[in-house]
This record gives sequence, C-alpha cells and structure tokens, in this order.
Amino acid sequence: MPVHEYDAVIVGAGGAGLFAALELGRQRDLRVAVLSKLYPTRSHTGAAQGGIGAALGNEEEDHWEWHMFDTVKGGDYLVDQDAAEILAREAIETIYDLEHYGLPFDRTPDGRIAQRRFGGHTHHFGQGPVRRACHAADRTGHMILQTLYQQCLRNNVHFFNEFQVVDLLLEDGVAAGVVAWEILTGELHVFHSRAVMFATGGWGRIFKVSSNAHTLTGDGAAICWRRGIPLEDMEFYQFHPTGIYRLGILMSEAARGEGAILRNRYGERFMERYSPNLLDLAPRDIIARAMITEIREGRGIDGKDYLHLDFTHLPRQVLDEKLPEITSFARTYLGVDPATQPVPVQPTAHYAMGGIPTDVWGRVIRDEHNTPVPGLYAAGECACVSVHGANRLGTNSLVDILVFGRRAGRDMARYLKEAERVLVAHNPDSDAREELERLRNSSGGEKVGAIREELAACMMEWCGIFRNGADLQRMLDKLGELRDRYARITLDDRGWKFNQDLLEAWELGCLLDVAEATVRSALNRTESRGAHMREDYPKRDDAHWLKHTLLYRDGRFAYKPVTITRFQPQERKY
Amino acid sequence: MKVHVRIKRFNPEKDRRPYWADYEVPTDPFDRVLDVLHYIKWNLDGTLALRRSCAHGICGSDAMLINGRNRLACKVLVKDLGDRITVEPLRGLPVIKDLVVDMEPFFAKYRQVMPWLVNDEPPPARERLQSPEERARIDDTTKCILCAVCTTACPIFWGNGEFLGPAALVAAHRFIFDSRDRAAAERLAILAERSGAFKCRTVFNCTDACPQGIEITKAIQELKRAIVLSRA
Repeated sequence: MPVHEYDAVIVGAGGAGLFAALELGRQRDLRVAVLSKLYPTRSHTGAAQGGIGAALGNEEEDHWEWHMFDTVKGGDYLVDQDAAEILAREAIETIYDLEHYGLPFDRTPDGRIAQRRFGGHTHHFGQGPVRRACHAADRTGHMILQTLYQQCLRNNVHFFNEFQVVDLLLEDGVAAGVVAWEILTGELHVFHSRAVMFATGGWGRIFKVSSNAHTLTGDGAAICWRRGIPLEDMEFYQFHPTGIYRLGILMSEAARGEGAILRNRYGERFMERYSPNLLDLAPRDIIARAMITEIREGRGIDGKDYLHLDFTHLPRQVLDEKLPEITSFARTYLGVDPATQPVPVQPTAHYAMGGIPTDVWGRVIRDEHNTPVPGLYAAGECACVSVHGANRLGTNSLVDILVFGRRAGRDMARYLKEAERVLVAHNPDSDAREELERLRNSSGGEKVGAIREELAACMMEWCGIFRNGADLQRMLDKLGELRDRYARITLDDRGWKFNQDLLEAWELGCLLDVAEATVRSALNRTESRGAHMREDYPKRDDAHWLKHTLLYRDGRFAYKPVTITRFQPQERKY
Repeated sequence: MKVHVRIKRFNPEKDRRPYWADYEVPTDPFDRVLDVLHYIKWNLDGTLALRRSCAHGICGSDAMLINGRNRLACKVLVKDLGDRITVEPLRGLPVIKDLVVDMEPFFAKYRQVMPWLVNDEPPPARERLQSPEERARIDDTTKCILCAVCTTACPIFWGNGEFLGPAALVAAHRFIFDSRDRAAAERLAILAERSGAFKCRTVFNCTDACPQGIEITKAIQELKRAIVLSRA
C-alpha cells in the first residue's frame, strides 16, 4: 500500500479545489496535493457558461449591497447573510485576482472586463436587471478551469490524476488524510495530511434529465456523511429552466441575458404572467415551475413536455460572438440553427444548494452549534456555506467556488502553521478495501446500470420540481428496494486495472446516499421555499421553517438558525 | 435503427494483443457515439473501458478514433456515420485498456511550453486593461480543451514522439500573443528548438480534427513567423 505525506490534500480539481490549491501552493513551503477522479481540466467547472457575478460596475452603476440583496432574496431568505455579504464583497477582488492570473475575460471598448445581464441580478434592490456577469463568451467556466490549473502548475501543486478518493481519515475527530484508489492500477493509496479539503462538486446524476457530467455522483458528500458529518439543506435542488430537450445539456441563462425568450405552443411569452417585472430573467426556480405549469396545462409544444427558447429575433452576430458554444450545441445535438428556429428546452437538474456544512472559511462543521472538525474543509457545490439558501442565482455558483475556494485555501494555510501531524490508526484503508472487495465479488445478478437508471427516473418523477408527501414517501420506499438490489449486484469486470465497472458501482453507492439525504430532507420540510415546492404545503412558513436542516446518516435531524443581518424576510415577488 | 459497432479491445490483464469485438446496438439517429458505447458498456459488456465525463464536448475526455477520424464520442451523432461504426483508441499514445490511452506524455508536452500567464509587474488595484482587439488576438487558441485530438492526428507526432505537437503549440500561442504576458521570448526559445514549431509540415490534420474548430495550423504558422522575427 503506497503511503504519501502532504501538508494538505485537496479532493477535486474544479474551481474551488484549484483555487484553494493555488493559495496553498503560493506559500512555497507547503506540500499540496490535488486528487482528481479525472484529469483536472475535465472538471465540471469547465462546463459553466454564462458568467461570474461581481459588482464591478464596468457597464453601469452597481454595488455589492445590491448583489448581496439579490442573493438573499433569490435564496428565498434561507441564505446566511454574513456569508452572502462576503460573497458579494469579495467577488470583486476575486475577479481581479483571476484577471491578474490571466483569465481572458471579454472586454468593454475601454479595455475593462465586460459584463452582462443574468437572472435575478438587479439594481436598486430589485428595480430591474443589471449588467453584473463577467464573462468570456459562453465559456467562462472553461477559462476559469484552464487559468487556475495553469497557475497551479506554475506554483508547485502536485496532481494525482484519476485517483478516486474513497474514504476520509478522521482520528479523534481531527482530519488526518484520505484513502484513494488509483484507477489505472486498482491500488489503494493512503494520503496522510494535516488538512483535507473536499471540492468534489455536485450530484446531478441522481436525476434522469441533468446538465451534470456522468462523473458527478456526490462522492465527497457521501464520504463525509458516512463518517458522521451531517448534510445541510439537501432538500434544495435546483432545476435549470433551459436544458436541451431530453439531453439535459445546458442552454446558458446568458441566452436570456442576451435577449432570448421562452415561448409556449401558442408562441406566447408566458413569463409575462409569472414574473411581470423580470420576465425571462426571473430566478430559476420560478421559471422552472412556470414551465412545468405550462406543460401540465397543455401549453407545451405540440402538447408535449417541452417549450421553446426563441433566439430568432436576435442578430446573428450575438449568437456567433456572445453565445457560440450553445449555438453549436443546438446545431450539433438537435440539428437546429437557433438563428432561424426555436430550440426545444425543458428544465434540467442542475445544482445542489445543500451539501457538507461549512463556516465562512470553508471549515466543515459537525453540528448545529457550528463546531468545526479541525483540519477538514469543503467548498464549491459539495459544500453548503450557505450562500444559496433555497435557490441559487445564476453566476453565483462560480462566485461561490472562487470566493470560498480562495478563503478555504487561505484558512488552511493559517491552520497548517499551528496544526500538528495526526497519527493514523493501523490499516487506515481496511474499510475501503472491504467495501471495494464486496462490490467486486458480489454475485446476485443485479446490474449497476439498471439500478442507477431506475433511481434517476424515480427521483425525477417523485422528488423533482413539484413534490408532495405521498410521492416522497414512495421514493423513500423505492430507495430501500434499490439498496437491497445494490447489495446483490454482479460486475462483469473482476480485474483491477482501469476497472470502471467497479468505479461505477462504487459511485452508485454515493448516488444512493445523496438521493436518500435529499428525499428525507424534502419529506421533512413541510413548507415551500425557493426550489423546494411542496404541493401539499404550498406556502413559505417562516414561523416554523426559517432554519437550516442538518441530516445525519442515522436519520437524525438537527436545525441551525438562519443568520439575518441586513435584510428581513419579505414576500418574494419578481 | 440498428447499427453494427466494431471496437478495438484490449485488456492488459487478459489479452496478449488487441482484437476486434463486434456488437449490434439499437439506436436513434440523434444518439451520440458515446450513447452507443454506454449502451454496450451498460447492457452487453461491462468490461469495456472508456473515458468520458460531461458528454457534450466541453471536458475533452472521450477523444477516440471513430470511423477513421479523431473525434469526441459525445460530439458525433449516429446519423452522421451510418449503420457501421468503428471505434479505436487514439493513435500515438500507449493503450492502457480498450479506448483508454496514457495521457501523461501529452500533458508533459503541454507543461513544457510554460502554459501560464507570466507577468510579475505589480498588478493594478483593478483589472489590467486589454482592448477588445488585443483580446480577439487570442480568442481562438483559448478555446482549447486539451482533448488531444489534434496531437494524435498529427503524422509528425506519430513519427517523432519528441515533437511538442499541435496542442502544446496552441497553448504557447494563447500566451505568447496575450498582451498581458511577459514571457513570450522564453516560450519562443522553447518552440525554436528541434522538437518545436518548425517540425510542423502543415499537414492540416490538426485543424481538420479539432472539435473546437480552432485554426491550429494557422496558429502554428504565426508562431513560426514570431520565432523568425524574434531572431531578426
């Protein structure tokens, strides 16, 4: 069993992980390793399209207080406002940092970073749309990922590519390292480190129609949950309004930021009825619900389960220069030219607002009293700070990974100045080894792919955009059945080298865990707020539910108050 | 429609040499080749190994040789290939298992060209200014997703593993022509070496193959010109 010694180990090489690694790598005297199940430039940050929200005011007047307000209101007042203030304030300096690292932002005629409109981002506390999203065409995430990876290479960060982390080492409640499986050889490695950070992204693959990569299976959240860390606000899952019909591939909100319009079978701009003020730039939860309502009432295209995203009134130049990627997606996957034909779209599972609970320095907390787990960090989609509350605004996922990835890196550097090396128990890899052997040798005839498909189809049906108690209970029962079948899987591949059959089986275990946390939390919260819409409890209920859910793996719930500083909860209208 | 799929298989733990395996797969014309491979992997033979992640041409994981051309499996549709599909691993990199090749030699070349912005002058409090025209100069080469389609389509690279290859040259271009960068001279010196830009014989395979539509050959000629001008 190979053993490695590092000061910090970062799991995941998207924006949050790489920014933290870069902050540590720049210290020069720290040994930093990034472990990724992929090659770092394959991480899903690279799929982010539209932009990064920051009140630079390059195009028109803007203030971080407006950005903070939009974030709080967008999250239906479940956002922790101390965290939202940090997000909105530090977004600005973080953008400048990234620019100095080389990110090729689009530019205004006077050479500043160009900005555009995005859903839910407003001036004067909700008066109307504002140009806040800093962008590089519709490839903003790609540019972030490339820039941070490049600077990590320059700054002495060690990469372990295609290393799947399968366990977290905690000794007396202190982070001590991780166990990782080298996919190429099938060997287990132990990484000893005084600080461990999870930046493993989301779990959109629990749903059938999803914008997420196949590899987004909730690994980091599941690993922490199994080691006794609660998961926060798991009931809040965002569906992005405009996924390409059936494929789920994202058509960026930047499309509507640049003027595209959603239409039903009668060609009607239906958002006029749901959000008279912001129209097609209302927050995502509101538009996704409006779309499902249109479809349920028979106004989907040809009466089917999709609608049209209409670009045909926009100049071709806007498509070619500002939205080249999504224009190419429509052409490649649908054979549709958006300049002349509308694009069929439906809501697609997109983003987990909940996750591993942390404080504003990315430190993982273990309970409702905010007790930190020394040396353990999380940031990005796998974490819950919480800056997104019940519904994330467009662009704020990139702001989150950058601001809190950077902060986690800085705090780890501080922590490592004091922290002592933690001794690890004998055979730290034994649990992981046992689990992988069990999966490899199990022989009940069940297939991983079939279980995963059924999980995703049922989650879409019973735990999707509209929910109710009966469906959620049905889903919980279904999860029990799927777990039984998971215990009886048979793999085709019994080898060790690049055994993706085994990898997918292990990932399915994570999917089942995060799906269960999602369903249990959704069943438990008897109100509707943001992306969590209960048909049997259609109203927001601040008296009982203005609080964060913490769910432990043993089924125990705890609750954390929402931090409210500047903005008292109000009715949420757009 | 049913398609006939041939895949070049190799399992290092079992096979002494690669062999062809044949599969019949029910498909929709708008299915991606990746969907076809997933069908095989999830229904017919779980031992099939291939890399993939985003499934829409952004992450660059699933480059492979499809009907004789380097492509991303998630970016080519069944309807554009007909009812016979042949899939092989990329050429010029060692095969690990089935469609998975060793990417380390590829990334090693990328790292050789200093693929990061160098500017150690103290930055301003806000952004460094860059005009839209200066930004446009590097627009094409910033699109690279490091999928290795170009480098493994290059006959010079097949014949000479020392050649930096198109992808590394694209990365160098992206920084050399960035108005904010200060290390062009160092990079041009690296590219001027024997394994560098002048190894390119303008075959255009890279440009033809690039899933991002980058004009790679043109970029490489701009690098050659810059090297020559830097010596003048």
